Amino acid sequence: MVDAAAPAPKANMGDPVPRYDARAKVTGSALYASDVALPDVAYAFLLSSAIAKGRIKSFDLREARALPGVLDILTHENIGEAIRKVKFFTEGGPASNSILPLGSAEIAYGGQTIAVVLANTYEVARDAAHRVKVDYEVDRPTATFESPGAVDQELATQNKKHDDPKVGDFAAAYATAPVKIDVAYSTPAQHHNPIELFATQCGWNGSQLTVHEPSQNVYGLKNGLATQLGIEPSQVRVVSPFIGGAFGSKGALTQRTALVAIAARKLGRPVKLVPTREQGFTVATYRAETKHRIKLGATRDGKLQALSHDGFEVTSRPDPYAVAGTDASTRMYACPNITSNVTIVRADRSTPGFMRAPAETPYFFALESAMDELAVALAMDPVELRRLNDTMKEPIKSLPYTSRTLMPCFDQASEAFGWSKRNPQPGSMRDGDWLIGWGCATSAYPTQMAPATARVSLFPDGTARVEAASHEIGNGIYTVAGQTAAERLGVPVGKVQVLMGDTDLPPAPVSGGSISTASVCSAVAQACDAIRAKLGDNGTGAVPTVDLVATLKERGLGSVQEYAEWMPHGAAKGGMQMLYKGAAQPIGGAKLPDRIQFAFGAQFVEVRVHARTREIRVPRIVGAFASGRIMNTRTAHSQYMGGMIWGIGSALHEKTEIDANAARYVNTNLADYLVPVNADVVDVQVIMVPEEDTLVNPLGIKGIGEIGIVGTSAAIANAIYHATGQRLRDLPLRIDSLVEAA
Amino acid sequence: MRPFLYDRAASTESAPRAFDGLKEASLIQGRAPAEYLAGGTTLLDLMKLDVMQPARVVDITPLEPQHGSIAISDAGLRLGALVKMSTAADHPAVIKTYPVLAQSLTLAASAQLRNMATLGGNLLQRTRCNYFRDTSWSACNKRNPGSGCAALDGLNRQHAILGASQDCIATYPGDFAQALMALDATLDIAGPSGSRTIPIATLHKPPGSTPHIETTLAPGELITALSIPAGPWTRRSLYLKIRDRQSYEFALASAAIALHLDGDTVKDVRIALGGVASVPWRARDAEASLIGKPLNEATATAAARMAFVGSAPRTHNAYKVTLGQKTVVRALLQAATLEG
Ligand SMILES: Cc1cc2nc3c(=O)[nH]c(=O)nc-3n(C[C@H](O)[C@H](O)[C@H](O)COP(=O)(O)OP(=O)(O)OC[C@H]3O[C@@H](n4cnc5c(N)ncnc54)[C@H](O)[C@@H]3O)c2cc1C
Ligand code: SF4
Repeated sequence: MVDAAAPAPKANMGDPVPRYDARAKVTGSALYASDVALPDVAYAFLLSSAIAKGRIKSFDLREARALPGVLDILTHENIGEAIRKVKFFTEGGPASNSILPLGSAEIAYGGQTIAVVLANTYEVARDAAHRVKVDYEVDRPTATFESPGAVDQELATQNKKHDDPKVGDFAAAYATAPVKIDVAYSTPAQHHNPIELFATQCGWNGSQLTVHEPSQNVYGLKNGLATQLGIEPSQVRVVSPFIGGAFGSKGALTQRTALVAIAARKLGRPVKLVPTREQGFTVATYRAETKHRIKLGATRDGKLQALSHDGFEVTSRPDPYAVAGTDASTRMYACPNITSNVTIVRADRSTPGFMRAPAETPYFFALESAMDELAVALAMDPVELRRLNDTMKEPIKSLPYTSRTLMPCFDQASEAFGWSKRNPQPGSMRDGDWLIGWGCATSAYPTQMAPATARVSLFPDGTARVEAASHEIGNGIYTVAGQTAAERLGVPVGKVQVLMGDTDLPPAPVSGGSISTASVCSAVAQACDAIRAKLGDNGTGAVPTVDLVATLKERGLGSVQEYAEWMPHGAAKGGMQMLYKGAAQPIGGAKLPDRIQFAFGAQFVEVRVHARTREIRVPRIVGAFASGRIMNTRTAHSQYMGGMIWGIGSALHEKTEIDANAARYVNTNLADYLVPVNADVVDVQVIMVPEEDTLVNPLGIKGIGEIGIVGTSAAIANAIYHATGQRLRDLPLRIDSLVEAA
Repeated sequence: MRPFLYDRAASTESAPRAFDGLKEASLIQGRAPAEYLAGGTTLLDLMKLDVMQPARVVDITPLEPQHGSIAISDAGLRLGALVKMSTAADHPAVIKTYPVLAQSLTLAASAQLRNMATLGGNLLQRTRCNYFRDTSWSACNKRNPGSGCAALDGLNRQHAILGASQDCIATYPGDFAQALMALDATLDIAGPSGSRTIPIATLHKPPGSTPHIETTLAPGELITALSIPAGPWTRRSLYLKIRDRQSYEFALASAAIALHLDGDTVKDVRIALGGVASVPWRARDAEASLIGKPLNEATATAAARMAFVGSAPRTHNAYKVTLGQKTVVRALLQAATLEG
């Protein structure tokens, strides 16, 4: 039987080795942060602000404190100067926002943590939190775009590193283009909602602090927390061997960790916090809502002449967070005249943050919908429009792509999908009461890496050990790091032990930006090659030319251990030191001076829209992706497929509803914040297109963790247009607008 | 969750006595300060959220032997109030003879919830209005009488367009009650002052100026059974539920239809609406408009229009006027194709 989850490797692809942590996870022996049983633990429950703007006049803690079992209640009034400021990440810091935890009476956003209730049991802590009475002075908050009080700022004025991509003379070219479109799109706020909640446990042993918290950046957490607490980084250990979903939400230092650490110090016993699902909407970050205006001008035969992409993104008052997807969206297609702009819009909201393909998910919904609209205006097949404007050089600076396999992805996915049978006429395909629509879109994601280290040991019993403080967020990093060592050391993969997710291990960069496999495996390979050299193997190929274990035994050695520091192309000189501080930045994509690095893909979607009631369903989706070397077809398949499924949800279901008066999130639970369920995910086909890229890094790896979600929403919107003749430009694509117009 | 006293009901007669000592106590949030516990899938949720704060919880699951069975006869169907949603949904005779009932249950919630939840508890599930379920919102007349209604000018995509009031526009979220409405079910109720039987249509109270009072049950009254009379319309019946995703979501709009055709002519038809109204809703004018007529696109559309006369949409739920009508048309035409 063919196992679709473990496709046979094609050229430049590794074996579908089962996940290193599979057995531990399915048997429950994998301990997540909240599973770790600390002795004599006390429980924390957060109290969240019920207003988005204003200040706390007073607390009435009497009833809460009177509950038997309540140990203490931390508020801004009693926490003192315990927490020092750390920088927000656009200033190079680790923090998810620049608000000091319990720093003052001021409320900057709804759901801000305003008190921490500590008790002997979770139940008492939660009950007590409900009994705290807060007297607020309420100011009228700004909810979102166009709300009273919203402040628009050009991103370039707020973030010195941002430069709006531009080339040629857009205005002139657009004015004279024979075929053009001018369209606006929007995407909603969305929350990651990983299954694992944002748990934190802290315990002190003298002056040593151990933190159990799911983290995509344990070194960042360690260093940031040490700064906040005014202690040495060496006094903090962060342990995070398994992460139950993160998607960007567990990459930054949030306000909660320092509060739990301080609570544990005050109580003299470990403290455990598991915020609720509702609180997860404001404890961590989210994808902010965006708006887009796109203008495309083309010749009659479809050559792009002018492209303009203006993006608008909501952010908080204090922090200029922006994803600025114009960096990518202006560079996808050949076009001589391009302009772009990103505006951030300040509102009384929590600071947004990374969420799977942060920039590309919203910006490619706009770009790839617009390409489809242009194809319609040109009466051209949308695949052919992309083929005609395909390019091996990005148009802004004419830098070469290290590799770009976009059209083979389109061709293979289109073939598997049966695109040639498509009648381009909207509303022309039907199955009984259901209108059928087919649509497609480009996927792309920057290939980035960051400095990484690894320590590899080989033992005479034929086993090996890999140590690197990377993070198993479901990406399969344990597995592919182990595979890399097994291959390069010539030992069976089952003989390789992999240790990760612990700041006692050598540092790895943040597991974000799809950088982990490329960065960590490069460091692992480098350490393995050093072992090989030490044992007399001068080969440069993937597999050793001598029996390393036999050599080790012959020489009578107890072990050989090598530590490697690996630096990617384009990394800043101080990158390795930054890595040890948990602050190494991913580099690559469109940010290099000499070349551009991207992975590409193409997605084809079938939608069914009920002719009368207009429910939208996605029975079929095919994605083909080319992302350099695939280390393991099983884990890669899962990443691509997971991205595509999320793309379905992002297109049709997910939306964090914001109350316009209160500037607060409303549907903060998984019954009302919809994500696809099994019944919504019928047939998802992943095609891995072989690609070799010898430039990106020695192993030829591009990132694959995020590309799967990019473009899916546009492909679905394009398919809905094909099914119904109605163009939906605002996510989520919902029955509301379809049924009204039908 | 606030601490509470936990009782296990020993008998149908004694269960309401748990409420005795509390009779004098003032009503908290329109409900007695004691609550029955069946599957707990509504009650425990709302207790954890601090929305419901009963001082005493009376577990009625020990009464399952008395009130947990399904009986089907020529006269109709009798469902114990403690029958699990999944048990009723999977019952072959219910599926065959009362498809609208089985479908309304199968399309509700998730398999896990249906395995826990009871039919009695299902009828009494409370609204999903987010402002109600999160106590940090200060304005909610249902939770806190007189405090206002945050949904009126807030987010109201899910909210009711029929039967709502200026004080509350919450939707009755369930599915099963619509099917019971369509079939004119009655409820057997045991209480401190004896037993009574009421039509399902009188169980739920429209919000009016007292949205915190949701039903006509007196404190301590226990639903023991649901009776559905047999009729020539039950086999040609269905439940159509429209939602954003394929499964595990409350209805945006739904219709329970039971139809009795004489040839092509409508002899009797029942239309109950879900997802759009503050209480389980019978569209009686729409039904009347169809009697004696053939069921076709034109008559169904006219009936659907009639069903939504008087609807009062707010900012985000105006689509329900159109969607609700289309749901009714689709459901009616689909019912006409069923075997009688
Ligand atoms: C995520 C989620 C999704 C859901 N989706 C749907 C859906 O799509 N459609 C749908 O219809 N429902 C849905 N539900 C609601 C679910 O069906 C109800 O929660 C369930 O049916 C309640 O039954 P229970 O036995 O668990 O009631 P309980 O929670 O035990 O009781 C509910 C209330 O009824 C009272 N009560 C219970 N039994 C009796 C009785 N015999 N006499 C008097 N009073 C009684 C209790 O005191 C309590 O106040 C959903 C629920 C959840 C949590
Ligand atoms: S609609 Fe009803 S339940 Fe919702 S906030 Fe208003 S009063 Fe409360």
